[in-house]
Amino acid sequence: MANLASEFIGIKSPNPFWLASAPPTDKEYNVRRAFEAGWGGVVWKTLGSEGPPVVNVNGPRYGAIWGADRRLLGLNNIELITDRPLETNLREIKSVKRDYPDRALIISLMVPCDEDSWADILKRIEDTGADGVELNFGCPHGMAERGMGSAVGQVPEYIEMVTRWVKKHSRMPCIVKLTPNITDVRKPAEAAKRGGADAVSLINTINSITSVDLDDFAPEPTIDGKGTHGGYCGPAVKPIALNMVAEIARNPETHGLPISGIGGVTTWRDAAEFMTLGAGNVQVCTAAMTYGFKVVQEMISGLSDYMDRKGMTSTSELVGRAVPNVTDWQYLNLNYITKAKINEADCIKCGRCYAACEDTSHQAIAMSEDRVFTVKDDECVACNLCVNVCPVEGCITMERVAPGQVDERTGKVVPEEYGNWLEHPNNPGNACAAE
Amino acid sequence: MTSNTLTPGIAAGRLPGEDYSRNFADLHPVLDDHEALVAADRCYFCHDAPCMTACPTSIDIPLFIRQIATGTPEAAAKTILNQNILGGMCARVCPTETLCEEACVRETAEGKPVQIGRLQRFATDTLMAAGVHPFERAAPTGKAVAVVGAGPAGLSCAHRLAMHGHDVTVFDPRPKAGGLNEFGIAAYKSVDGFAAKEVDWLLQIGGITVETGQALGAGLSLEKLKADHDAVFLAIGLAGVNALGVEGEDKDGVDDAVEFIADLRQADDMSTVPIGRDVVVIGGGMTAVDAAVQAKLLGALNVTLVYRRGKDRMNASVFEQDLAASKGVRIITNASPKAVIGNGAVQEIEFEYTDDDLAPTGETFRLAADQVFKAIGQTLGRTDLPELDGRKIAVNDTGRTSMAGVWAGGDCASGGDDLTVTAVAEGRDAAEDIHATLMA
Repeated sequence: MANLASEFIGIKSPNPFWLASAPPTDKEYNVRRAFEAGWGGVVWKTLGSEGPPVVNVNGPRYGAIWGADRRLLGLNNIELITDRPLETNLREIKSVKRDYPDRALIISLMVPCDEDSWADILKRIEDTGADGVELNFGCPHGMAERGMGSAVGQVPEYIEMVTRWVKKHSRMPCIVKLTPNITDVRKPAEAAKRGGADAVSLINTINSITSVDLDDFAPEPTIDGKGTHGGYCGPAVKPIALNMVAEIARNPETHGLPISGIGGVTTWRDAAEFMTLGAGNVQVCTAAMTYGFKVVQEMISGLSDYMDRKGMTSTSELVGRAVPNVTDWQYLNLNYITKAKINEADCIKCGRCYAACEDTSHQAIAMSEDRVFTVKDDECVACNLCVNVCPVEGCITMERVAPGQVDERTGKVVPEEYGNWLEHPNNPGNACAAE
Repeated sequence: MTSNTLTPGIAAGRLPGEDYSRNFADLHPVLDDHEALVAADRCYFCHDAPCMTACPTSIDIPLFIRQIATGTPEAAAKTILNQNILGGMCARVCPTETLCEEACVRETAEGKPVQIGRLQRFATDTLMAAGVHPFERAAPTGKAVAVVGAGPAGLSCAHRLAMHGHDVTVFDPRPKAGGLNEFGIAAYKSVDGFAAKEVDWLLQIGGITVETGQALGAGLSLEKLKADHDAVFLAIGLAGVNALGVEGEDKDGVDDAVEFIADLRQADDMSTVPIGRDVVVIGGGMTAVDAAVQAKLLGALNVTLVYRRGKDRMNASVFEQDLAASKGVRIITNASPKAVIGNGAVQEIEFEYTDDDLAPTGETFRLAADQVFKAIGQTLGRTDLPELDGRKIAVNDTGRTSMAGVWAGGDCASGGDDLTVTAVAEGRDAAEDIHATLMA
């Protein structure tokens, strides 16, 4: 069994599965249960400044969307940072860390945007024994209206400034948690790095309205007839998170900056995908909130089995493995030509490929009287839609047209060599394109 | 009234009272909301869906299932009822395992089709429970049409004609409308008086008068009906029962399965329905299975269904055969009745083994029987009708007979299987043709 022991910015944990700063990590009771269940680390729910704690709404604070059989696909929340007294949280953090010295325990922080506030909170958490801090520059609801959370995370200059304060007033490893509610995630990541961050973690939740009550005409979750945008998370956000992680991992400015991957991690496979795109570990929230802490056991066994199959002995061998293969569109090989192929033996004759192609794509699938579906190679542009809508996995495959063969659609011989848009005659940037 | 399952002869009240309600409970209870959503989600929304092609009434199954999945079962019901006004009953009695569900691509994929029948019932029950009749009658045309027979074909035809604005009179010899929905079909497929409720719901369209106790040949004549109406639709079913044609057939205890089923359906209290201890049902169709299963449910000790050919030739679907077996009915195939034996009342019945071509083997056996049900097919049983094709009224695709102004459909007419859903389709299609003809 592969060793999953993880070291992230010097913080050791028995596995790379941490619980993200969120409701599951708000108090000692939950965190102890999480560690007992096997979680490698916990990012304690965000602490605020000394004084009266924030208050949460007393109506519903979560909204959701579901797939078949009410499988939770996406969750949003309008919960704020911890609403328990600072002292209580600090006492509990110390107690838990003392009993679980082998687990990572990170404290998430969010205080007003002035140096004194940050210096003060950092001083208060010093003797908890915690392994590091995570700066919550991500929460998109509630706290952002008060100039914190994503209000900071959306301004790279603020990120750099606050990160600098934190590094100045603390020797703890510092993770900057990024908001996805921006246009280019590379900018805040660069700012965090400039400020001295040891790592970034992403993504925080995405601004969202999960649904609208069509009788009351109010967004969900609804509180006394009104709703507000909340932070979206869960399996539905994973593709967005994967891209943002990859963007930071392959950006020359931030390449090598440790990343803690967050966003819809539900299974070992999701975790492995984040790690191949450059995440040194992952943080999980919605999966635990949906199924309970035990899900980590599947993540542990799944990742371990996968690494065994791949002959990997350390998670560091996995981290970043896919990063070199993430590129820009302009570098994709336009001479790589495939055609869809429908395996008639596997086909259950639902006709979805036909409807999709005929109605919405390239009219490249023929349907016979007796419901045999065949790809027309002279029409197929290899868009992959038929593969995506086919309910039978593996029934439709994309087969490469070998170099030297004729592409029946274009009538041209498929070139041997790689050729991208930059070199293509249709590219207006190529002066020699038009005679 | 102290009979039990061992009491010899034909007796009522063989079971403790509570067993009857359990035995005759709904075979497939309606799905609850969540079950319906889960079942609906399995539909792939196929292009040119095979299930729809397999449905004799061509219900747009993918569409109605998607309507259920999106929380609009009433819209789903309207999609169903547009094509099949008796969609509620068909959801209960259709042999879906040989129609839509057999064609379902998930049957191909994993041997578990989408539960189309139960989803159809969910939708139609939801609409009917809301008391909604989603169709409106067109302005009166002044045309009058006679429909003879208030079974599925007749009711379907009447509803469609009434919707188009024609005045329809439905004649039926029985005291209640519904035909085989009311008097045939196993009780556990149509509980709580559903057949009668469905008729009442259907008649909400308006413009339909039902005249019961009116039989063709006994008060009604085709000539008179033609003279009094602009068109006539014959949906008289098959009133005659085929005879076994063996010695001793006239002995007491040898009964028609259809009559047994009709009496049972009309009984208010199942414990009052008499049944033999050793029951033999002869036949291989749905009627035979319905009779055999219900005999068992009434407390018969031994029920044997005997069919003259092989199992794969039985008209009853595999599902029905399995249902019978699960209720304790013994199925014997490749055996034809030779003689009914008994002194006044039947005591035994003798069979001879026969191959699939009915060639006798000379080997015989006897079964103890104090009651025998004949379920070997039905006949028109009359001759004052338009030309026949074989043993049924000859019709074209839209139900036209050899007689001008007379259409026919359902079990009495040629073409199609003897299924409720087929009868509904034929009634509907004849109505459209009648409408087109009258308005031309």
